[in-house]
Amino acid sequence: MLQFNENGIYCPDGNFYIDPWKPVGRAITTHAHSDHARPGSKHYLAHRDSSAVMRLRLGADISLQTLGYGEPLAINGVKVSLYPAGHIPGSAQVRVEKGGEVWVVSGDYKIQPDGVCEPFEPVPCHTFITESTFGLPVYHWQPQSLVFQDINNWWRQNQSAGKVSVLCGYSLGKAQRIVKNIDLGIGRVFSHGAIFNVNETLREAGLDLPFLPKVTDGFSKKDFEGALIVAPPSVGGTTWLKRFGPHSLAVCSGWMQVRGNARRRNVDRGFVLSDHADWDGLLYAVKATAAEKVFVTHGFTSIFSRYLNETGIQAAEVKTEFGTEEEDTPNTEKAA
Amino acid sequence: MKRFAQLIHEISSSTKTNDKLDALVRYFQAAHDADKLWMLALFTGRRPKRVINSTRLREWAAELAGIPLWLFEESYHSVGDLAETIALVLPEPVQENDQTLTEWMMWLAKTGRLEEPERKTNIVEAWQSLSVNQRFVFNKLLTGGFRIGVSKQLVINALAKTYGMESSVVAHRISGNWTPDSTTFQQLVLSDEIDTDASKPYPFYLAYQLDSSLDELGKPSEWQAEWKWDGIRGQLIKRSNEIFVWSRGEELMTEKFPEYQLLLHHLPDGVALDGEILPWKDDAPLPFNLLQTRIGRKNLTKKILQNAPLVFVAYDLLELENQDFREKPLSERRDNLANLIENAGHPVLKLSPIVEFENWEVLTKKRQQAREVGSEGLMLKKLDSVYKVGRKRGDWWKWKVDPLTIDCVLVAAQKGHGRRANLYTDYTFAVWDGGKLVTLTKAYSGLTDKEFYQVDSFIKKNIVEKFGPVRTVKPELVFEIGFEGIAESKRHKSGVALRFPRMLRWRQDKQKEAADTLENVKALLNTTA
Ligand SMILES: [Zn+2]
Ligand SMILES: [Zn+2]
Repeated sequence: MLQFNENGIYCPDGNFYIDPWKPVGRAITTHAHSDHARPGSKHYLAHRDSSAVMRLRLGADISLQTLGYGEPLAINGVKVSLYPAGHIPGSAQVRVEKGGEVWVVSGDYKIQPDGVCEPFEPVPCHTFITESTFGLPVYHWQPQSLVFQDINNWWRQNQSAGKVSVLCGYSLGKAQRIVKNIDLGIGRVFSHGAIFNVNETLREAGLDLPFLPKVTDGFSKKDFEGALIVAPPSVGGTTWLKRFGPHSLAVCSGWMQVRGNARRRNVDRGFVLSDHADWDGLLYAVKATAAEKVFVTHGFTSIFSRYLNETGIQAAEVKTEFGTEEEDTPNTEKAA
Repeated sequence: MKRFAQLIHEISSSTKTNDKLDALVRYFQAAHDADKLWMLALFTGRRPKRVINSTRLREWAAELAGIPLWLFEESYHSVGDLAETIALVLPEPVQENDQTLTEWMMWLAKTGRLEEPERKTNIVEAWQSLSVNQRFVFNKLLTGGFRIGVSKQLVINALAKTYGMESSVVAHRISGNWTPDSTTFQQLVLSDEIDTDASKPYPFYLAYQLDSSLDELGKPSEWQAEWKWDGIRGQLIKRSNEIFVWSRGEELMTEKFPEYQLLLHHLPDGVALDGEILPWKDDAPLPFNLLQTRIGRKNLTKKILQNAPLVFVAYDLLELENQDFREKPLSERRDNLANLIENAGHPVLKLSPIVEFENWEVLTKKRQQAREVGSEGLMLKKLDSVYKVGRKRGDWWKWKVDPLTIDCVLVAAQKGHGRRANLYTDYTFAVWDGGKLVTLTKAYSGLTDKEFYQVDSFIKKNIVEKFGPVRTVKPELVFEIGFEGIAESKRHKSGVALRFPRMLRWRQDKQKEAADTLENVKALLNTTA
């Protein structure tokens, strides 16, 4: 029912694409990350909570239709509905049904509830198209409460050492997860401009997030004393950090699981916190859908599909152009 | 073991030398003496033998993790470190374990003597009782591959700071031939008693590359110049009627250099010489790669000894008649050294000649002849200098002929064009900066076709990540990069830009750890201005 062509994942019966990487007539967008929500398509369909950020990033004037989770919509006789993917606010799996046959496109997802977005919900289907960003058995996530304990401790230690804490996470998704789960009683929290914009857009759209002042020239070094700064990973190694004086720089990413990645990031601390599913999470999702056939997209595609085949689940890898957002790659900095 | 694993974790995750130093000091303050001794042994390269070969270890880890072996191998390929891969794929521990580092070292020795089935039982049980961080360290110890990104000097500084001692005293005490079985922490580090270890070397005094103009050094008459030899820096010791040879890495290498045994009856007892181990024939040194043919060999055949005969070119005297000479001025040490060598009268022991000069211009000209005499430049030493510990600025300088080469690690690659469109021939290179590799330059040319094929095949097997056409590569291969100039650059992450970089040679003899540091590179900024 779905095909893979040079524009993306295509449904010929419904004449629409899911997360196309080229401009098309009608695009269903799983979530607002840049490798999934690309500019130039005539019409977009996405979850309601995705719309504010999609307009922020793709333009206020895009033609965008929204749905809630579980609301059915018929497109040229194909039944389309969205289900929570637990990845970032508004992220959705796309369920497509015709003549009793069901396909589900996962988009990016994680299993563990993060306190910000609607938790992942497995959707029974015949064919499941899954991501595999962390599709290796070395990736196992700790419960997020433990990770935030570590983060809070790190913040307190920095405070007593007279250092500002700079915590990096992707500006859409990770940053809100940090803001929502950190212990705000420890000290003041500021946000980098890029994150401020996303936060305010989401707050206006009704997401329950605390207000964080933006790091601007209006504040002085004194204001930052003992504070936590939430910033995108791109600030690493830039002069932007100078304004804080002595500071400790940390990154939240699933890639921090592996020492080599953490070293290459050149940060003082790496916290293993991902908005993607870990190895067990991927296996759980595949099994929970009870799919007969699985297509594996961005990540360790060949490894994960081979493993599924060996465990009796028919699987094939698919080359896509997903996997270029921050969380999808181990290094923020593209090799020089 | 918890504390030790915590130390390793803190050291490997911190980017600042001061943080590492603090972590070491905290360890020395908190750990038991027995554990501290083992920690020192491990941090100074006194590694235990490996307990088990890695093939078995992979099989057992895959089995316990419940994954097929190929999936384990793929994981290993991606992580790049066997000990870490095992630590990560295994299921959560099912019990706690409070054994100390020392107890684990005993456990290792014992387990190494068991038959394979019992060995497996022991190892699997250990895995099930250790956290990820502890498992990582444990696996490193099991496989005998225990290396830490911390210089010996930093460990020395941490000990000195913890116990309020001079770092030169600490350096001397922890060098030498000891093992955790032969001494105690108290005896080794803290005791003032005279040492009974006859082989014990002195810490080497190392020079920086000259980074100022000669005029800033002051009067030429206060300086001594020698050729800088391209051999192995070594210390030749005779005590208790035995000859000992130490490399700069403080590795006892006596057996590798049987020639030096000829000196046994030509040297008085209680002598320590600093000099260069060099292959030598007809009054001139032979190329360095001849020396390399000898290192790493277990058996030295007659043929090897004939092809690469060694001499010891001495340039300093650290001990004479059992007395520490290091606090005496260089001029006095040199006079005694010259006497000693003349009295020895043996062709295997040579005195490194002095390069005469009246003024800096003459010396600058003489430096141009360095290659002709088979050296790589000049050493400048102040005549009144004492023999210091470690790398120090001020009194000693090395002044290499062609400073514009550096050893870099290959970290990324891209396919070439035209004839080489299918080969990875465009490389990105990095140097060390505080334990991490920082990208420095790209280079495209300088290898033979055969080398390109070899490197290409390494790259294809060791791709870490893809960014468009660029592949990051597991850092392993070291290349000598030559270039015409160097300048500061804000646009480059390293802060410097190289002019006309190219590969001079593939340093297959070098481990990635031996590549240059950003500090070395930046030091070149001044010399070439
Ligand atoms: Zn995403
Ligand atoms: Zn993605």
